[in-house]
Amino acid sequence: MSTAVLSSLMPAGGYGLPHALRMEWIKLRSLRSTWWALLVVVAGMIAIGVVTMANTKPPSPDKLATFDPTNNVLAGVALGQLVIGVIGVLLVTGEYSSGSIRATLAAVPHRPLVLAAKAAVFGGVTLVLSELVVLVTFFAGGAALYPAIPQPSLTDGGVLRAVLMSGAYLGLIAVMAVGIGALVRHTASAIGALVGLLFVVPAVLAGATGTAVAKFFPTMIAGNSLAVSRPMPEMLTPWAGFALLVLYTAVVYAAGLRVLVKRDA
Amino acid sequence: MISVRGLTKRYGATAAVEDLSFDVAPGTVTGFLGPNGSGKSTTMRMIMGLDTPDAGRALVNGRPYPELAWPLREVGALLEARAYHPGRTAHQHLTALAAGGGVSRARVGEVLRTVGLAEAAHQRAGTFSLGMSQRLGIAAALLGDPGVLLFDEPVNGLDPEGVRWIRDLMKSLAAEGRTVLVSSHLISEMALTAEHLVVIGPGRLLADTSVAELTADGSSLEEAFFRLTSGAAMYTGTPAHRPDTETPSPAPLSAPSPSPYDPPHRRPR
Repeated sequence: MSTAVLSSLMPAGGYGLPHALRMEWIKLRSLRSTWWALLVVVAGMIAIGVVTMANTKPPSPDKLATFDPTNNVLAGVALGQLVIGVIGVLLVTGEYSSGSIRATLAAVPHRPLVLAAKAAVFGGVTLVLSELVVLVTFFAGGAALYPAIPQPSLTDGGVLRAVLMSGAYLGLIAVMAVGIGALVRHTASAIGALVGLLFVVPAVLAGATGTAVAKFFPTMIAGNSLAVSRPMPEMLTPWAGFALLVLYTAVVYAAGLRVLVKRDA
Repeated sequence: MISVRGLTKRYGATAAVEDLSFDVAPGTVTGFLGPNGSGKSTTMRMIMGLDTPDAGRALVNGRPYPELAWPLREVGALLEARAYHPGRTAHQHLTALAAGGGVSRARVGEVLRTVGLAEAAHQRAGTFSLGMSQRLGIAAALLGDPGVLLFDEPVNGLDPEGVRWIRDLMKSLAAEGRTVLVSSHLISEMALTAEHLVVIGPGRLLADTSVAELTADGSSLEEAFFRLTSGAAMYTGTPAHRPDTETPSPAPLSAPSPSPYDPPHRRPR
């Protein structure tokens, strides 16, 4: 972190990042709806992973080279990103629709701190939870696989990377969603932007131009670059995809921060 | 101590606040009076650092609000009644604010008792009546035991008992030596609460004086207010709109009155 960024998070004076973090942590955990939504993420991702694995047929010999059950077990990431994204958006837009942003900024008027605390708290919670969920899903899904199919193991080439990157992906989506919330501010528009970015636009592009452009979209990167133990030739490599996601997250967050700081609250 | 110097805020071509300067001294209740849409809330939002002025500045204890070391311990504000998430309890809302403002958690219970919400502390605030919302907003303002307090239309929607409670609270806060600025468009309420008045018309300062001076000629505060704001009020009806006026006489050219067709000064959404 550069000194400029660091000093913007530590205004001269009494309060600082620790106060903002504590405030956002209390706010996050005191909303019941957040816990229900996170429960949906946990249950949904595990259930989708297990069901997908239970329905995975043994590969025909010609498909054996590209057969990747690790990709199947991580199918629930598509659902997880939607729910995580909506919670992240609401963490910011909910403050505007309820009016609580006024109280928040009265306590912590330095706005970069507020956004950093929101992103850190929700991104951190999501990252820890998602890594646990993908690991649990991996083992539960493996157990649901046809006995005839060799079970993937975390020690197989690329498997551990695929599993951990999928969890990290949801952490990045959490931060990106906080950024979208700050950027767009209105709940409906922000969720629209999120769904458009994650589902609609890449699906349309995939239909129109195949993977040429669609492979650069987050959902495509998650499914075809990160959650694969065997990289797919026409897609981005795992690390290229991951680096691009980090870049997207940084850009969206920076844009959200700029709007939050510039605009009247 | 609040000091406002040359404060200006424009929304497009419309100036919501124009070159406004005044001080709010400690130890008295200062009423911030003006018609609807005269810029009271905008001014208070600029004092709180929520809106950025186009010119001028608003200082609290000599510094802009965002530069205060411990803002919640220096300034408390009730700007809108419902400044909380409806899914949180009053206790959770205040606990989060206390954490952000570096205020001890013990204050949460204290202010909830002060405003009479101790019983409802663990109820979801979304179920609160308007009166209870106002009380929660005041609890948030008092949380850091600040020396400067701002209340924007605090008695709106309150029953007579609540109105009296807020009036007494503000007087006692001022008596403790705190700076209290309370906005209202209700002259009768200001007459009972405030000792000093800052009166603004459409964004401009019309008077900065004590209630005693304003009414020294024997007129009521209401009369004095209308004298100040005549020609300044923005939602002025004209005789032509009154059913009892059959034949409106044309307005004399020498004394133009605000046209009812002038667009009202509004904040763009």
